Amino acid sequence: MMKVALIGATSGMGRSVARVLASRGDALFLLGRKPEELEKSATDLSTRGPVDARVAHAPIDLADPSTFGPALDAAEAALGGLDTVVITAAMFAQQDTLEEDAELARRLLEVNFTNTIVLCEEIRRRMLAKGGGTLCVFSSVAGDRGRKPVGIYGASKAGLSHYLESLDHKYREKGLVTICVKPGFVKTGMTAGLKPPPFAGDPDDVARQVVRAIDRGTPLIYAPGIWQLVMLVIQHLPRLVMRRVGF
Amino acid sequence: MPQAAEEPVEAAIHAIDRTGLPPELDALAPTAVEGWGRMGAQAAVIGGDNLERATEQVPLTRGMGRSYGLSSLPPASQPVVASSLHANRILRFNTESGDLRCEAGLCLRDLNRISLPRRWFTPVTPGTASVTIGGMVASDVHGKNHHSAGTFGEYVTGLRMRVADGRVIECSPQQHPQLFNATIGGMGLTGHILEVGFKMRKVPSPWIYERSERLPNLEAYLDRLLETAKDWPMSVGWVDCLNEGPGFGRGHLNLGRWATAEEAPRHDPKPKPAITIPDIWPDWIVNPPLMHIFNEMVYWSHWRSVKEGIQHPEKFFYPLDVLRSWNRMYGRKGGMTQYQCVLPHSAGRGATRALFELLKREGGVPLLVVIKDCGAEGRGLLSYPMPGVSTAIDLRITPDTARIVQRLNDFVIECGGRIYLTKDRFTTAEQYRAMDPRLERFQEVRRQWDPTLRLRSAQSVFTLGDPP
Repeated sequence: MMKVALIGATSGMGRSVARVLASRGDALFLLGRKPEELEKSATDLSTRGPVDARVAHAPIDLADPSTFGPALDAAEAALGGLDTVVITAAMFAQQDTLEEDAELARRLLEVNFTNTIVLCEEIRRRMLAKGGGTLCVFSSVAGDRGRKPVGIYGASKAGLSHYLESLDHKYREKGLVTICVKPGFVKTGMTAGLKPPPFAGDPDDVARQVVRAIDRGTPLIYAPGIWQLVMLVIQHLPRLVMRRVGF
Repeated sequence: MPQAAEEPVEAAIHAIDRTGLPPELDALAPTAVEGWGRMGAQAAVIGGDNLERATEQVPLTRGMGRSYGLSSLPPASQPVVASSLHANRILRFNTESGDLRCEAGLCLRDLNRISLPRRWFTPVTPGTASVTIGGMVASDVHGKNHHSAGTFGEYVTGLRMRVADGRVIECSPQQHPQLFNATIGGMGLTGHILEVGFKMRKVPSPWIYERSERLPNLEAYLDRLLETAKDWPMSVGWVDCLNEGPGFGRGHLNLGRWATAEEAPRHDPKPKPAITIPDIWPDWIVNPPLMHIFNEMVYWSHWRSVKEGIQHPEKFFYPLDVLRSWNRMYGRKGGMTQYQCVLPHSAGRGATRALFELLKREGGVPLLVVIKDCGAEGRGLLSYPMPGVSTAIDLRITPDTARIVQRLNDFVIECGGRIYLTKDRFTTAEQYRAMDPRLERFQEVRRQWDPTLRLRSAQSVFTLGDPP
């Protein structure tokens, strides 16, 4: 049984990952912004375990680093230590919207890049002090290549992926396993209403894949797996081609 | 992603305000939505985890799209629909009392797999687990236990709804009882169902004790169906109506009850894996000669005339769920419909056979037939069941189908029966009015809450006479 804190598990892929963990009996603690959403998801997860394990929660706001310490304290206290942290929370907005709204763009970059790394650093210090653990963070395929529709969002995720790789290289020997998840298009609440492209994934399948990666300590996964191939092709397209195409 | 979930919904609502139609933007590209019979439409689907927001400006909410006809499609003049599928959390489950409350998009299959290990089960289940709890309320579903337990609506204790004027309210048998009764079986037309509270049923074990009988013709089948009703809480059966002559209507009657803790195996049933039928079939694959062979094989697969024993609950309740998207077998263009009607006992024992004779005269081919007896009528104003015999007939859609359905409807009206809106595609407003005297009362309640009939579906326009 793992002791897992999840940040962003009230919706989307985080919700699916939490359900897979709950159904096999892992002890969970939820961190997020909205208390009423946390309460609803905590109840939902409590009913999905093999035994009625009570899932607790505490507030955290990725826009406000002063909440990070107390949130992790609460998780450690409730679970009696932490061996895994899963971060799925992030901001998303369309490129056009971000280009028009400078403040929104600044906020997105701060949340997805700066503050997510600040949080990971805090978790790193705590985990290394206790001998290690697993840190699983959702980045995105949008960070793999500079593309027209995801310039700013993609940049925030590119920086995050870069950081996660270096963290894994530096600290795996000391016991801190870092897992970078790069989801492609997955049919969640975030993408509802968007026309699914080919290879669109199902959040429950992605969640099972992510949990397998956590169990095995796989440092980098694309989810669904087919996106590894798709991104391999896109990464090797010449600039001239990337400039012409719309994706 | 808590912040992320909100953006597309916001964008969608504004865009629809502006134009009345989904704009050319990718984010709002209309996607194909279809009912189970594969009758489709282009519509913008507004989803997201927050169903309360998604339903702010739309005429209809849909779940898994398992109703056969137009019930889950928005009216053609306003092609936008909310999807409840991501609102799927259990908000409360008291394992002492069985009180459960959930968001409307919770899938019944998920709920079953959570509740059965705790020895609770939904009080009523339809023949597929690929439905949402919200959809079960809107269709007021019935199951194998209708003669002993009634419809799902009998167990609903409260609903959280967004009504037409935009308010979000709570309704129950005590609070706004008329709205509540109209919503049970109201096809989602009285308001968007956001949350459902209902009473689960305690079961002695997670396994079923089943008895199945092979019966040589329709009369023998109907006799046994009605005879066994008092001893078996659950019953349903498959009937072969392609067979002519003395073997017409031969079939299997499946009877069941929950197994006692002593009878049941020690371990819990494992979830049944399903295979997905690919969308590659020509329109003629499901055809009468092939179904003849299929029926022959099915009939004789029940070699012993009576079988009894422990059965997997998913196999007992949802035999077809092992073939995900089986409706694709009917081809990409054609599609299918199910004619389901209940004929009251007052119509006489011969009414069911007369229905099939009429179908045959009109040139309809009953590919797959299921016959079940119904108990008392429920509280829902448009709820389907009434005491009598319910027959469901799968029909491939051809240019003749609309005419055939309307002929059958005339017969049903004559008998004093009614059809099941969830399965219907072709019933006209005139016929439905003649068939269901409760409609007037239903429309009265609807108008009270929604004077301009903002909330509509393609079906309410076609079959209930709403403005387009």
